[in-house]
Amino acid sequence: MGNPKTIIEKIWEKHVVHSEEGKPDLIYIDQHLVHEVTSPQAFEGLRLNNRKVRRPDLTYATMDHNVPTKNRDVVKDEISRKQMETLRKNCEDFGIKLADMFHPDQGIVHVIGPQLGLTQPGKTIVCGDSHTSTHGAFGALAFGIGTSEVEHVLATQTLMQERPKTLNVKVEGDLGPGVTAKDLILAIISKFGVRFGTGYVMEYTGEAIHKLPMEGRMTICNMSIEGGARAGLISPDETTVEYLRGREYVPEGEAFEKKAEEWLALATDDGAVYDRTVVIDASEVEPQVSWGTNPSMCVPVGGNTPSLDEVEHKEDVQRALEYMGLQENQPITSIEVDHVFIGSCTNSRLRDLQKAAEIINGRKVKSGVKAIVVPGSFSVKLEAEKLGLDEIFKEAGFEWRDSGCSMCLGMNDDIVPAGGRCASTSNRNFEGRQGNGARTHLVSPEMAAAAAVEGHFVDVRKFKSGVLN
Amino acid sequence: MEAIKEHKGLVFPLNRTNVDTDQIIPKQFLKRIERTGFGQFVFYNWRFDDSGNKREDFDLNKTQFEGASILLAGENFGCGSSREHAPWALLDYGFKVIIAPSFADIFYSNALKNGIILIKMEESQIMEWMKQAEDGTFHLSVNLKKQEIQDEEGKVVDFDIPSYHKEKLLNGWDDIALTLLLEDKIQAYEKA
Repeated sequence: MGNPKTIIEKIWEKHVVHSEEGKPDLIYIDQHLVHEVTSPQAFEGLRLNNRKVRRPDLTYATMDHNVPTKNRDVVKDEISRKQMETLRKNCEDFGIKLADMFHPDQGIVHVIGPQLGLTQPGKTIVCGDSHTSTHGAFGALAFGIGTSEVEHVLATQTLMQERPKTLNVKVEGDLGPGVTAKDLILAIISKFGVRFGTGYVMEYTGEAIHKLPMEGRMTICNMSIEGGARAGLISPDETTVEYLRGREYVPEGEAFEKKAEEWLALATDDGAVYDRTVVIDASEVEPQVSWGTNPSMCVPVGGNTPSLDEVEHKEDVQRALEYMGLQENQPITSIEVDHVFIGSCTNSRLRDLQKAAEIINGRKVKSGVKAIVVPGSFSVKLEAEKLGLDEIFKEAGFEWRDSGCSMCLGMNDDIVPAGGRCASTSNRNFEGRQGNGARTHLVSPEMAAAAAVEGHFVDVRKFKSGVLN
Repeated sequence: MEAIKEHKGLVFPLNRTNVDTDQIIPKQFLKRIERTGFGQFVFYNWRFDDSGNKREDFDLNKTQFEGASILLAGENFGCGSSREHAPWALLDYGFKVIIAPSFADIFYSNALKNGIILIKMEESQIMEWMKQAEDGTFHLSVNLKKQEIQDEEGKVVDFDIPSYHKEKLLNGWDDIALTLLLEDKIQAYEKA
């Protein structure tokens, strides 16, 4: 036995193809996920230089950002349609498997990777999308890349990368009842800021993390990038193994058991040393609501927006409050919403929809609130329908849509109008993210569902116990 | 990408922190399949109102900042999505150099691959330049080889840049061409 190592070091060392003093390492990429928005210029670059895709078998494509979530066959936007047609042609020309808009495996790229079992512990996974960090939930080293890097991976199946520093995000204690993985990651970013992870790969450790189901772990790793880290991961355990058992792209029978052993051995060794450690107490975390224009601008639902006298970057806070149409020191529960979005690569998996449906069950969406549920994949949609979740949502007044990125970034028709205010289960509350002039409040699926019913933010814990209804 | 050794230009001060890629180029402009022509959309929602008219209150629209090619910004510039459309838009608009206390990781590597010089600098120095640049007449000269920035009065400030990044910019290296030289190593890895 050598020195104890973190999972990050173990995966990195296994993937170094070439290393030279003073240069970034060349690392091998095991899985490349491709979507329509960040790939066309990369394929064009290959054509211009007469290059091929080196490993089409390690590449998998889908359409998610632009796809309509209702009337799927009508793409009104000519440029969106062209972008999707371009992906189809590129996949045909270069021999890449594509789950297009009508394919049963279609969905948000970060939902279908795990669902199909393409995402596995120990893999290096990249995609031209910053939320690729999601796949880290399985103990994969997964990160977002730009289009030049997409082209680099297509051409060489490798990437030049500086060896990352390691950051242990240590979660002590347990989450309280009614407090979710989304609340935990929002609280982490609120405590340590939007750039504490810059230059690092994060590993989330602690009992509270390993008690979470895979869906919760994906929610947490998904938002690593909002804390500045290109990748965030969780050491694999039995929960990871059981989630993957039986999925399409994992081996079967004995071969699976052998894989599972390898996966479990990847977990960070006792006594491994990180470059940096931060600690948060899970038992102190409460349901969160973002009030501002970046994900660190976030408080417990029982709290208020900040007082300008008490903040460090007063101008930034003032700008954010102004954009959001809020007063300083305003109670979060006084904020009324006119839109509710349940979806996105952060919170659109079956369990997310189940949790939201539990809150909705039998209740009605407040009049004047437009509420939509956008399942993360076609398969999530079908499973939810089997459980009757669609009926619960529809009876309450929600729209039940087809899968895609949808209102998280509004590249299709699903946008929040200027001045509109949305309780959203997505990951970014940047200015104009959900539509020019739109105001986004990041929350968990449960909190979004409760806001849909009440028309303003409420503490879902009181809601559950029947204090409000 | 084109090699860049030095650059002299008009400075535009953007005194905001955490400028995210949704602000640099909003999503409605990510649908194009070309690499070019994104400059017209840079900082779109700050430069234009809902009807597409120029906003008077955003300094970049003022005539004195026409032709600005060096951008000063607050910490964590380029946070958010991995869209390379952000550096494409900045470069196409005319920005060749961006100076900030810190940059987001993905933006940094995207910009580097497009030949934009990114310089990390002490916040106090940036704030000093921000003040000087307010009236739209402040120029800086950046010498990448010497790792020096000079103002018009001859005052010189040094900067750090990882040596590999510096070589890459100075030579305009194409990463893919460089990596393909290591084909035998990639093959060996795949066989192992």
